[in-house]
Amino acid sequence: MKRLALLIALLVLSGAGATPAAAQEGGPTPSPDEVNAIAKNLYCPVCANVPLDVCGTAACAQWRQQIADLLAAGYSQQQVYDYFVQQYGPSVLAAPPPGGFNWLIYLLPPAIVLLGGFLVWRSLTAWKRKPRLKAKLCNTKFAKKIEDELKARRS
Amino acid sequence: MIADLGFFGLLTAFLLALYGCAAALYGHWQRSPRWVASARAATLLTFPLLTLSALSLVYSLIDLDFQIEYVASVTSRSMPLYLRATALWGGQAGSLLFWSWLMSAFAAAVMLRDWRRDRDFQPWVILVCLATLAFFLAMVLFFENPFVRLWQGITGTVWTALWQPGGALPYIPRDGNGLNPLLRHPGMIIHPPMLYLGFVSFVIPFAFAIAALVTGRSDDRWIRVTRRWTLVAWLFLSLGLLLGSRWAYDVLGWGGYWGWDPVEIAAFMPWLTGTAFLHSVMIQEKRGLFKHWNLLLVILTYDLVIFGTFLTRSGVLSSVHAFAQSAIGPLFFLFISVTLAVSLALLSRRWQALKSDVEMTSLLSREALFLLNNFLFVSILVICFLGVIFPLASEILTGQQITVGPIYYESATRPLWAALLLLMGVAPLSAWRASTARTLGRAIWKPLLGSVLVAAIMLLNGIRQPGALLGLWLCAYVVLVTSYEFWRGAQARQAKGENFALALWRLVARNRRRYGGYIIHVGVVLIAIGIIGIEFFQQETQGRLAIGEQLQASDYAIEYVSLAEFQSADGRLVDRAVVNVYRDGVFVRELYPRQDFYMESQQPMTIPGLHSTWETDVYVLLVSWEPITGGSATFKMYVNPLVSWVWLGGFVFIVGTLVAAWPNREMQAVELQARSRARGLPLKAR
Amino acid sequence: MNKPKEEQTSILGRVLAWIFLLAVLALVAVQLDRSQRGVLTRGEAAPDFTLTTFDGQVFGSSEIEGKVVLVNIWASWCKPCEQEAEALQAAWLQYEGRGDVLFLGVDYVDTEKEALAYLDRWDISYPNGPDLGTQIYTAFRARGVPETFIINKMGEVAYVKIGPFQGIDEITSVIDRLLEP
Repeated sequence: MKRLALLIALLVLSGAGATPAAAQEGGPTPSPDEVNAIAKNLYCPVCANVPLDVCGTAACAQWRQQIADLLAAGYSQQQVYDYFVQQYGPSVLAAPPPGGFNWLIYLLPPAIVLLGGFLVWRSLTAWKRKPRLKAKLCNTKFAKKIEDELKARRS
Repeated sequence: MIADLGFFGLLTAFLLALYGCAAALYGHWQRSPRWVASARAATLLTFPLLTLSALSLVYSLIDLDFQIEYVASVTSRSMPLYLRATALWGGQAGSLLFWSWLMSAFAAAVMLRDWRRDRDFQPWVILVCLATLAFFLAMVLFFENPFVRLWQGITGTVWTALWQPGGALPYIPRDGNGLNPLLRHPGMIIHPPMLYLGFVSFVIPFAFAIAALVTGRSDDRWIRVTRRWTLVAWLFLSLGLLLGSRWAYDVLGWGGYWGWDPVEIAAFMPWLTGTAFLHSVMIQEKRGLFKHWNLLLVILTYDLVIFGTFLTRSGVLSSVHAFAQSAIGPLFFLFISVTLAVSLALLSRRWQALKSDVEMTSLLSREALFLLNNFLFVSILVICFLGVIFPLASEILTGQQITVGPIYYESATRPLWAALLLLMGVAPLSAWRASTARTLGRAIWKPLLGSVLVAAIMLLNGIRQPGALLGLWLCAYVVLVTSYEFWRGAQARQAKGENFALALWRLVARNRRRYGGYIIHVGVVLIAIGIIGIEFFQQETQGRLAIGEQLQASDYAIEYVSLAEFQSADGRLVDRAVVNVYRDGVFVRELYPRQDFYMESQQPMTIPGLHSTWETDVYVLLVSWEPITGGSATFKMYVNPLVSWVWLGGFVFIVGTLVAAWPNREMQAVELQARSRARGLPLKAR
Repeated sequence: MNKPKEEQTSILGRVLAWIFLLAVLALVAVQLDRSQRGVLTRGEAAPDFTLTTFDGQVFGSSEIEGKVVLVNIWASWCKPCEQEAEALQAAWLQYEGRGDVLFLGVDYVDTEKEALAYLDRWDISYPNGPDLGTQIYTAFRARGVPETFIINKMGEVAYVKIGPFQGIDEITSVIDRLLEP
């Protein structure tokens, strides 16, 4: 028991120095909604692709309790996320932590859409620029007769 | 005996499929109609044989023949009849057999059509269908045989084999493992079949596309022939996805309907290309453009279908859906690689020949807008694909395991969905070949004004979020444009003297494809409204309640009344709470959120209590409770506005597809007349 | 009329498309191969790892060198793990005195509170620590809990146990064999 208290104290002290401006959540007991708000952005470390706030297993309930404990100890949201990443690896986050290789997943979609859009635009305008073969018809007498007849019908 | 019958059906069908491929190729090579006819007969025969196999398995499942390993793994004595029958697709082996059965059914159906005009297509269509069928049957026969049985040797070890090994006796377990509790729901009856129907039926347009590529045809015959197939395939796939969402909503206890799970995405991707394909073929039919696009889209749809089937079974990804990892993963991968490479090589070879010399004259013409449509759908596809592949790439290239969650998919695709909604409201008003900003503007301004009014009303009613306002404005706009199209068309007919109702009826009857399509668009808008409602305005809260206490969210409140624990008839331990639902203090009804604990598989399930109206859903979950006394319990409550519109949209899809796909005998006769006259041929009696 | 530029971009486009396709297929193939590989097996070299126990002790390559090491991956939420807890502790008591056998408990994806309660409940005295970032679990290519790997004095995996040990004899027979000169 003493060990546990010491460890938590150490963690809290180390966490307190990290982010000075972070909002200090809850005092004694954070509400389930506060816990769920954080759990929503985490995934169950064991059951695949199940967000932590909806996971029904006993283990997930323990993890949510862990979040509540951390919040009660004064951790900020970001500190809770960092703690979970340290304990369980980056796959526990719902979005890849930005940095290094992970920048690709943030940058590629807009880049691809823009590139695709550009290609579409180019092919549309290129199509338009194609020489109008039909222009030759306008010089014949026949064409004029058709034009006149069409005009007569339209009115 | 039954198992032997089933296995016989499988084996024979497999051999016939191989024979049919060879016969079709040989028939084409030797220009022999007799060999092609033989291949056709082989295709037809696979269907009754596989029906025999499937029925054998279903019989064994219902009969609880536990000596068959598959039956022991997916059924148990406590399962009701309907679940035992649907356990056919509850496990890997059975679902592969089911897939194969559907493939043979569609291949046989295609063989029954009139091939007189498409003799040159026939061998290739047979080849593609039978090759796909042969692959799946090979998977079943050699890797995931549902008919292997359990035997026990003298020493007591149990192993599986098809036929009685020497010195071993049949081993019949006392009870089976039972179906995964997540799958024990009426939704189980219909979601997988519908999804598989959608997947498998897309093989047919693909087969015809390959036939067109191989035979060197650059016209749109293959599209016109498969037009209805594509439409119906699209409907099945859409319904499969919607049913899956509904089932997740009802049963999983997540308060939501779509988790962007990799397997969900794997089923969603062929829908994206399939929908783009459905629209894009219209352009090829009308103006001979987009030939490359259409072939590419249908090839992608086929391979995404197989890829989706592969992802769930290979162990490459882990997911709620994933079947246990097995050896068939690498083989699926090989099949996809080969089919993709061959299809793309065929397309590449014919690339230049497919170029159209028709031009696109205006950026706002219908053709240009459809190009934009293709681009948007393919962009969403690329984003989804990237999201699925990225964790794989990250793990291999950096060793770091990451998750790509809903936030990525939602934020990356949101603007694209909005653009698609906008397109739905602009493209119907654009003209073929030429639309200028002025002509389009003239058609648009009235519905646009109306939709802005609607948006203003919503703003006044307190809706502040810009995303929701934008979405609802677009929805209103599309509804107005679509209604305007109906009204305009009926009006034009009215001028000829019909009354409005008759005019409307005749209008739709004469242009089924177009107006059926508009009805489907309205369905899409309904789904969009439902999604906007739940995504932007969902409220949730969780709290521990003593008996009599209330939990409040939005203008609803729930009150904890009581909790009871009991054993159900089918081996579940049920903890069922009773809560009263109040709206603005007025009692609405009782709900019964509960937790089921399946004794045999030791798995808990959280079933929500659901109160659904057109306006909102109140969704209550029992999270935990004080054991023995039940004096207090923790509940989670979601208020989901407008969610029911999503399911309504699905029904409208059905109506719209029926209208669009309904055969038009009158039109067919007229078309036939026109074509015959154009060729100078006498009218053929049908 | 095919302008040379058009054809160039068309060829470029096609080459890029093929490259992209091959890259994706290669990725999937590699991942497929990995997933087929299965858990670490006998004879393979044990991976390097560092375990910091709940008490703060650090066990790295230098601490385990030259010893017979039993690495047991467990979790407090894992029901089957409880079946082997007693056997493992009893086995540890037999070898504790010697300097050349080490039992390390690796707590996979767990909360500290629950883990310490579990250790307390089963009176486990050998070193236990959390598997930070699931690194050890991944290094051993484990697929679930409980899994135990017994490493011989040369640093090779000598025995792999998937699932709980059925009794203390299973553990001692393996370790005794490895301790023979």
